[in-house]
Amino acid sequence: MTATTAPAPLVPGTVILDETVAPRGPWSAIVAAGDVLTIVDLYGNQAVDTLFYGAADTTIRYSAQATITAQRSLFLTTGSVIRDQEGNPMMTIVADEVGNHDTIGGACSQESNTLRYGHHTRHQHACVENFLAEGAKYGLGKRDLVGNVNFFMNVPVDPDGTLGIVDGLSAPGRRLALRAEIDTLVLVSNCPQINNPCNGFDPTAVQMIVTRPEA
Amino acid sequence: MTATTTAARDHARSQAGQHDGPMPVVPASAWPNPPAGVDADALVWAETVPGGRYTSKVLARGTRLRLTDLDGRGCAHLMLWRADAPWERLNIADTVKVPWQAYLGVDHPLLDDQGRVLATIVADTSGRHDALCGTTTAVGNTARYGDGSVHSDSPAGRELLTLAALKHGLGPRDVAPTVSFFHGVRADEDGTLVPTGNAGPGASVELLLHLPLIVAVANTAHPLDESPTFDTTTIELLAWRAPADLAALAARAAEIGPEYDRAHRNTEDVHAAALPTEGNLA
Repeated sequence: MTATTAPAPLVPGTVILDETVAPRGPWSAIVAAGDVLTIVDLYGNQAVDTLFYGAADTTIRYSAQATITAQRSLFLTTGSVIRDQEGNPMMTIVADEVGNHDTIGGACSQESNTLRYGHHTRHQHACVENFLAEGAKYGLGKRDLVGNVNFFMNVPVDPDGTLGIVDGLSAPGRRLALRAEIDTLVLVSNCPQINNPCNGFDPTAVQMIVTRPEA
Repeated sequence: MTATTTAARDHARSQAGQHDGPMPVVPASAWPNPPAGVDADALVWAETVPGGRYTSKVLARGTRLRLTDLDGRGCAHLMLWRADAPWERLNIADTVKVPWQAYLGVDHPLLDDQGRVLATIVADTSGRHDALCGTTTAVGNTARYGDGSVHSDSPAGRELLTLAALKHGLGPRDVAPTVSFFHGVRADEDGTLVPTGNAGPGASVELLLHLPLIVAVANTAHPLDESPTFDTTTIELLAWRAPADLAALAARAAEIGPEYDRAHRNTEDVHAAALPTEGNLA
């Protein structure tokens, strides 16, 4: 597997942050209103579990249910608006090279891994650990965690309701870009899951680039 | 009639004993028509909740809760917290992901965020439920009906569930994603969400509780309700002690599915570990 060379932002602007998120690790940043976050799936099919909070007031937080209800669709792509628990906009997806991102699968946890794969997976690192550890830096705790977005993760729902994480639609170097509508704390777990295809059974690094539109 | 304290007291006391409109019956054993095969003394909750209102109660492990859409236009938005550890709560993502099933029906577990089953759906004559869209918001109901506040005629589910949470020492951040009963939603192959409405008057759904829970129910129109007006009708809640049902469900855990079986084992494990080692084990 090879990474694309020199990952670039998906929209024009001045780069004000450019960071690599290690495989299996957490990441966070506050994206100011108007700035754009580009997420680069460097090696392809790497689930990026993401939560959003109001930077000035973390009682404002992402709601998967308000988001999909407002757009009347399960999947996120260009034009989708990330909404808070009251239905207000937090971020907008302004460009997307994949076309389908998950809203219903949530995060892996040590505890749910025991249900999904057996108790031998109990001590594998998981997304909820990343969310808790990284969120604590901002005073967030367990009660603040809600269902998250999974960028680059593919979760179809069959006509009979059967759903599951299947092989991804992404590829090395694919990107999406989110414009902040309010100052937004973006909390990420670069998913460590190794028991399903959400990371191609091989967690890899992703790139986070924040750009500011040129005046 | 209310000019003096004694007159006001007499006036207030004369109002009791009325049985008109949606209300709780206390004690629940006084409910006039218990479910078939259920002893009136086993009832622990008997209440009717009008459209636009909410209720909550702490229920014990082994309680069976039946929700009924009496007139066919109710919509019960449900939130669950562990009574003995309220930071542990209903987790919608795991509730659909772990059983590999987006649509709620009999034997579907309502899972929490710690790999445990809080309650199992054990009966369902409706088939119109939703774990995808969640509840309504003040902003949404204001756009839709002109108002979404609790004191309005079209209260939003999140406003109501937040009040329920506050009464148990919790708050807005504890009102996580919810499920709703009696108004169905299906997803097309391209992900489009399609409302399928209600199942008509008298449909019911029953939950069996595996752990002591704070149960909060808001009865308010679904966010994808297609009616232009807010016309949510009364729902009925009946709950009774059903330890034999819990034992029967435990015996079927492996048959329901391997994920269910492990969730059930995790739940029994945490329950057993917290039991006293001496004295009354009941």
